Amino acid sequence: MLNLLIELGLTYIATITFGVLLNVPRTSLNIGGWIGVLSFLAYRLCMMADMGIAIANLVGALVIGILSMQAARYKKMPVINFNIPALVPFVPGGQAYQMIKNFALGDVSTAISFLLQVTIIAGSIAFGLLLAEMVNRLQSKLMVIFSSRWSRDNRRNPKL
Amino acid sequence: MANDQGHLMIKTALHAGRIMIENGSEIARVSDTIRRIAANAGYPDSKVYVTITGIMMSVSGEDNAQIEPVTTRSIDLEKITRVNDLSRHFADQKITLAEFDQRLTDLDQHPRYFPLWLQLISAGVLSGSLEVVFRGNYPDFWVTCLIGLIGWGIFYGVNQLAKVRFLSEFLAAAGIGVLAILAVKYHLGTSADDIIIGSVMPLVPGVPLTNAVRDILAGDLVSGVARGMEALMSAIAIGSGIAMILQAM
Repeated sequence: MLNLLIELGLTYIATITFGVLLNVPRTSLNIGGWIGVLSFLAYRLCMMADMGIAIANLVGALVIGILSMQAARYKKMPVINFNIPALVPFVPGGQAYQMIKNFALGDVSTAISFLLQVTIIAGSIAFGLLLAEMVNRLQSKLMVIFSSRWSRDNRRNPKL
Repeated sequence: MANDQGHLMIKTALHAGRIMIENGSEIARVSDTIRRIAANAGYPDSKVYVTITGIMMSVSGEDNAQIEPVTTRSIDLEKITRVNDLSRHFADQKITLAEFDQRLTDLDQHPRYFPLWLQLISAGVLSGSLEVVFRGNYPDFWVTCLIGLIGWGIFYGVNQLAKVRFLSEFLAAAGIGVLAILAVKYHLGTSADDIIIGSVMPLVPGVPLTNAVRDILAGDLVSGVARGMEALMSAIAIGSGIAMILQAM
C-alpha cells in the first residue's frame, strides 16, 4: 500500500517534469500530472487484479485519452499538452532495455521475447488511445444532440 | 489572388501552420486551424494539403496556390498552444488579420523555453522517479537523478552544437551507459541496468511516437509513417548508444 502511494507520487512528479522538458504551458502542467496519476492508478489496479499486461496498458491509455480530452475542452488547449506527459510512465523502458542488452550480448532468443513484449505493450497503448478517441467522438455527438450551444458551435464540423 | 486581404490571409494561415508543424503538432490539428483561419477571414472554401515537410494551400475559384516548406523541427508544445489561442482570438474577432500575423512573427522569434537549470533538474528528477516506478530500486534513486541530469546536459549541449537530434541522442545514451557502469564499479550504485533504464527516460521520443499513432488513425498516412520513422530512428539511436557501451565494457 505504501509502495503504491510512493509510486503514485513519483508518477505525478515524473509527468510534470517530462512536461517541463517538452515545454508544456505552465498552466496545464498540474492537470497533466493528475491525469498521469489517475491513469497509472487504473493500470496498477488492473495489474493487481491479474488481468495481464495488455489489458492493463489498454485501460491506462483509455483513461489518459478520455481525461485529457476533457481537460483539453475545459482549458481550451490542444490535447497533446495533457496526453504526452501522462503517457511517460507507460513507456516499456525496462523491456526495451532488456531487449537491447540481450541483442548486444548475443542472446538473440531472449531478446526476441522481450521485443514481442514491447510490441504487445505498444499495441495495447495505441488501441487504448483509439478507443478513447471513439468515446470522445460519441460524447461530442451526444453533446451536439442535447446541448444547443454545442450544436451551434459544431454544426459545420464534418467529423460529427 | 485577387486582393491584399486574400494574400495576407494565405500568408498568415501558412505561417501559423508552419509554426505548429515545426513544434510537433499533429497534422489534423494543423489543417483544421488553417481551414478555420481561412473561413474566419471570409474564404469558407479553401483547400489545404498538409504534410510533415510542407503545406500547400489554395482558395477555390482563385488562381495561384501557395507552398510553405517546413525544414526545421523541434518540440515546443507552448508555441502550439499559443497559435491555438491566437486562432481562437481571431475567430472571436478580438484581433485583426494583420495583428494575427504580427503576433505569429513575435511568437516565432521569442520562444519561451523553461530555463536550462530547470530543464536539467527536471530531467534528473524524471530519471530518478521513473527508475523507482519501473524497477522499485530505492537505493539507486540519487545516482540515477545525477546521471539523468548529466545525460540531458549532453543531449542539450550536442543539440546546440550540431543540431542533429539523432546524434545528440546517440551520444547522450552512450554517456549514460559509461557513467552508469562506472557508478556501479565505484560502488555508487547497485544495478547498472536500473540506472540506465531510468536515466534514458528523458530522451524517449514521446511526441513523435504519440503523433505517429494519432496521424495514422486520423488518416494522414504519409505524415504518420514519416513520424513513426522519426521515432524509430530516435529509438535506434538511443538503443545503439547503449548497446555499444554494454558490448565494450
